[in-house]
Parts: sequence; structure tokens; C-alpha cells
Amino acid sequence: MQRTMMDFWVGLFVMVGIGALLFLGLKVGNLTEFQPEQSYVLVGNFENIGGLKVRAPVKSAGVVVGRVTDIQFSVKTYDAVVTMRMDTHYQFPKDTFASILTSGLLGEQYIGLLPGGDEEMLKDGEKIMKTNSAMVLEDMIGRFLFDKASEKKNSDPEI
Amino acid sequence: MVDSIWRLGCAAHFILLVLLKSVPGFLRFRLITREIYYAGVLSLIIILVSGLFVGMVLGLQGYETLQKFGSESAVGTLVALSLVRELGPVIAALLFASRAGSAITAEIGLMKATEQLAAMGMMAVDPIARIVAPRFWGGVFSMPLLAAMFSVMGVFGGYLVTVVFIGVDEGSFWSQMQSSVDFRYDIVNGVIKSCFFGVVVTAIAVFEGFDAPPTAAGVSGATTRTVVTSSLAILGLDFVLTAFMFRGVS
Amino acid sequence: MATDPLIEFRNVNFSYGTRPILKGVDMSMSRGQVIAIMGGSGSGKTTLLRLIGGEVRPSAGSVTVAGQVVHELGRNELFKLRRKMGMLFQFGALFTDLSVFDNVAFQMREHTNLPESMIRDLVLMKLHAVGLRGAHQLMPAQLSGGMARRVALARSIALDPMLMMFDEPFTGLDPISLSVIGGLIRRLTDTLGMTSILVTHDIQESLRIVDYIYFLADGVIVAHGTPDEVRESKVPFVHQFVHGETDGPVPFHYQAQAYSQDLGIRVESSIQPEIISMNTGNN
Repeated sequence: MQRTMMDFWVGLFVMVGIGALLFLGLKVGNLTEFQPEQSYVLVGNFENIGGLKVRAPVKSAGVVVGRVTDIQFSVKTYDAVVTMRMDTHYQFPKDTFASILTSGLLGEQYIGLLPGGDEEMLKDGEKIMKTNSAMVLEDMIGRFLFDKASEKKNSDPEI
Repeated sequence: MVDSIWRLGCAAHFILLVLLKSVPGFLRFRLITREIYYAGVLSLIIILVSGLFVGMVLGLQGYETLQKFGSESAVGTLVALSLVRELGPVIAALLFASRAGSAITAEIGLMKATEQLAAMGMMAVDPIARIVAPRFWGGVFSMPLLAAMFSVMGVFGGYLVTVVFIGVDEGSFWSQMQSSVDFRYDIVNGVIKSCFFGVVVTAIAVFEGFDAPPTAAGVSGATTRTVVTSSLAILGLDFVLTAFMFRGVS
Repeated sequence: MATDPLIEFRNVNFSYGTRPILKGVDMSMSRGQVIAIMGGSGSGKTTLLRLIGGEVRPSAGSVTVAGQVVHELGRNELFKLRRKMGMLFQFGALFTDLSVFDNVAFQMREHTNLPESMIRDLVLMKLHAVGLRGAHQLMPAQLSGGMARRVALARSIALDPMLMMFDEPFTGLDPISLSVIGGLIRRLTDTLGMTSILVTHDIQESLRIVDYIYFLADGVIVAHGTPDEVRESKVPFVHQFVHGETDGPVPFHYQAQAYSQDLGIRVESSIQPEIISMNTGNN
């Protein structure tokens, strides 16, 4: 088959195009970041999840170890049931403490895991017993104002 | 109104014919290569330059707004998400419609006006299979690649402005971007969008060309209609696709 | 073979929408001849060719080509029949994105599996036949009108058709190109054993090269005969056509209300407008 300059350009075009797609996948997106071949599922009940969303990361010591895959409301216990898909490389003790944290003041919310000292590890589908709810800004402000008010009362006579 | 329903029916029938008659064209990939050259390679310059500038503007505007809240490191996220989800596929498709779509319409329309299509038919070669189908597939194939290149150039433009010129931290630019751009939800959906746009734009372009009245005014009118109709179709379809794809996800 | 006509029109009627174009045309054309179909502009001549090629269907009657009724053929059979036909369009209709060589090679590449070296030889032979072997590298935009038509002629005889149709082959050509094309049509018909149908209104060139002439006016055949018969013909239409007279059975004026009425003049002498119209006609 006779080769022409046009074929060269089209070949280059397709190559650059596929390169762009790869760049988007690898550099812009998080294709490489967390794609566990093997994973297990953990469940946690939280009184209040705040602004936690599906696909939010699960971190331990700042390292992403899993992701939130499902959030449901339970009518039995009247709290939120959060399902997490964890990387099999990371196993956690039974008395691991799960809390909903915020990265930065206004950043996204994630689940932080604080490992305990139990000998036994959590297995696939097991429930994390010790959970800590998200901090809700209104509660925080309310508590802050309350503290300030009582502080003022104590210090007023001195001025 | 009745007339536009009529035309829509004709267009659907025509595209169905194109799809049915595409099979022999696939066996002669060289015909499609030629159309990828005309639709894709020749649109490269406009796509790359526009992508760069759109990314730079996004970076600048995003920085101006985000620094008020002290979160200028999120500018990478802003640039990447707006490009990958919306601006990349949509603007690339709009540019593609005016650069390649109009060229396809004008070429097919002129071939019809100068009796080249009729001559081909009399030589027992089906013009839909020989002329229309390769142009259709060349455009459909080029569009997602062009949109991806547009997005990459945009991210690069945003990087250039915020990291190189303004001095946002490079590490947080990329890591914030990577932690919030999801491969499945954002990038794959963006690519799917651009595939849809490619089909719509080239379908409109080949139909308008084939349907053009065989006169100078007819061909120029058809070319204008291609750009107008496909721009409206892109924006309308973008809304529908966005509603389907990103509903309830974030 | 004169008793076995290649093409037969049997009482063919055709209309675009409600406007009748052909009203009961009967013709028969023998193999190996050059036949001209003549008539004024818009008399339905080109429609006759499109009926033969199967591009349009007659609303009544039938067109038979080589024993097959064209409008009854399926798509594949029609395409098979079209491979044996060549058609030269009014302005050549060369593919503007292909070179002269690729234009002529087009059908060979589409319909045969000949090796490229043989295609090259065949293309150069066809181009040689029309005297343009040296122009095979040019693009259609670089050709003059007459050359473009010769290339188109080479392209349409690429697969040695049994039937060639020419749609206005002489329009817009200078006298030299015109007689070159005319001579080519005659010579190729004889050497390749084709049958040629010309649709034209160039009476002088046609009388020189054709074997038989049909005159078409208002959708019916008004006269037919050999060139000698046509020259001698006393039929008013033929006489007007052959001698190029302005007024006759084909009126100079399109149907209109009275001239004086259109201009809003009350004319005493009815001769006045006639004189004006004759002057315009001779210009």
C-alpha cells in the first residue's frame, strides 16, 4: 500500500489523541490512585454523617485506604449506615475507631480510622462498633457562644 | 412545524441508510483515514489554541475567586472538573461543528450541485456508501480525540497561569485535582459526551449536505444550517446528558 | 442486428409532481448507432436519459434496456445494468478531489480487482483515446471546459460500456473543442461497438455525426428521421429548429397578457408591439 503524508498525520493525530486520553486518566484523574484488585467491605453506623458523600475517601493516618460506596438511613436504629470498600492490604483491629472528619475548614469530608489494640482483625462485612459523628457547624458555634457567654460572666467583675 | 417534523424524519431515515451502508467502507479503512485527516487533523490548530486559552482564563478567574476564601490550591480541581465534564466536550464540539461540520456540508452539497453524486450513482457506485459514510465515521472517530486534546491543553493552560505565573503550589495543584476528579464519573462521562456530540454534529453535517438544494444559495444555506442546528443540538444534548450522568452523584 | 433494438420506450409518461414532462413517448434505438434526441430547453430530454439509467421511474409505460424493463429491476440488478452504461454529464461532473488519473481509474478500482499496474495501463489507454494522456497528473480544477469533458468521456468509457449517454455534450464549448468532442463520440462508438445517445440542441454538429434523430417537444416525439431526412423535412417544428428561426411553432414569447396591457398603454395600432418584439428577438 502506498504511504502518503496524510497517513502520517492521521497516525500522529490518533497517537496524540490517545495520549491525551491517557493523560486525562492518569494525571488529571485518579485512575492509578485507588483501584484495589481485592477489597473487603466494612460497615459503620454514625449518628450524624454531616456532609459525607458516596466516593469520599477513607483514610488512616492521612493515607487513603478505601472509599465510601454506600450511605443509607436505617429505620431500626435511626442513624446512618455507611458502607466502605477497603483495600485488602490494609487490615484493621476490631476496636478501630471511625470518625467523620473534614479536610481543612471548608474542605471535603472523609472517614478517618484510628486503629485500636485488639488482636483480632475486622473481617469482610463486619461492623465498626466505635464511631464518632461529624462535627456540625451549628452545634460548634452554639457551644462556642455558650462557652464565651459563661467566660464573660466569670470575668466581668474584674473589669 | 409540520415541515420540520418531515425533515427530521428524512434525516433519521438518511442516517439509518448511512449506518446500513457503512460496512463496505469499514473494509476500506483508507477512505476513512482521509476523512479523519480533513475532519480531525485540520481541526487540530483551532482546538489546541482554544483549549489553551480557555484553560488559562479558567485558571485566572478561578484563582481570583478562590483566593478570597484562601483555597487557591483548589484551582486545579476547578480547572480540571470544568474542562473534563463540560467545557472540553462542549466547546470542542462547537468548534468542530463550525470547522469540520460546515466543511463536510459544503463539500457534499457542492458534489451534489456539480452532479458528482449523480455521476457516481450512474457508475453503479452508491454515493451514500462511498462519500457519506466515510465522512460520517471520520467525524465520529475524530470528535472524542479532539475533545480529550482540548481538555489536556486546557489543564495545561490552567497550570501555566496558576502555577508558573501566579505561583500556586505545584504539588497541591495536581494532588487536589487528582483527588477530586474521578476516572469513571468525570472522565469517562466526558468522553461519552464527546462521542454523542461527534455523532450528532457529523450526522447533521452529512444530512444537510446531501439534502442541500443544488444551487449556490442552497449550499451556503445548508452550511449555515449545519452550524446553527448542531450548535443548538450540542447545547441541548449536553443538558440532557448531564442530567443523566451526574444526577445525584455529587 | 438492426431488428433487435437495444432500448425501447413504450408509451412512457412522466411527471414531476403534477407537471407532466413526458406524455406517451415511443422510441426504439438500435445497437451500434449514434442517436440524437433534440428539443428546446426544458422539453424533457434529460429526463429520458434518467429514465434509461433508472434514476427516476415512469408514471406509465416502460423503458426496456437490453431486454430488461428498467423500473422493474431490483437495486442490485439495476447497479449491474448501470455498469454496462456510461453517462457524460453536462459539465463533466469530474470528482474534484481526485486527479485526472484517479477519476478515470475510479470505476476500475470500485468494480474490479485488477492490479494497480494494469489499471495504470488501462487508464493511460483511455486517456490516450481522448488525447489527454499527458494530463493525467492534473487536477480537474486545472482543466479547461473542453478538456474536462474529454476526461469525463474517458472516465465513462473506462469499463467499455455497451451504452453511452451524453447529456448536452456540446454546451459551452468553443468550435474546436466542440468538433473534437463530436468526432470522439462518433469514433469511440464505432471502435468500441457501443450505442450512443446524445441529448443536445446543437443541430449542426449533430447532423454531422449521428445516425438518427428524434425531436421532442412538449413531452411528445414530434418528428424523427435520419440526418438527410431531417434536413429535407417540411415539419414546421423541425424546420424552425434546423434553421434556428426565432418564431414558429416554438414561440419566442413566454405566455403573457397583451404587451400594451402590461405597459399600461392604450395602443391604437396593434402592429407597434410586434415590431419591438422582433427587434429584441434578433439581437
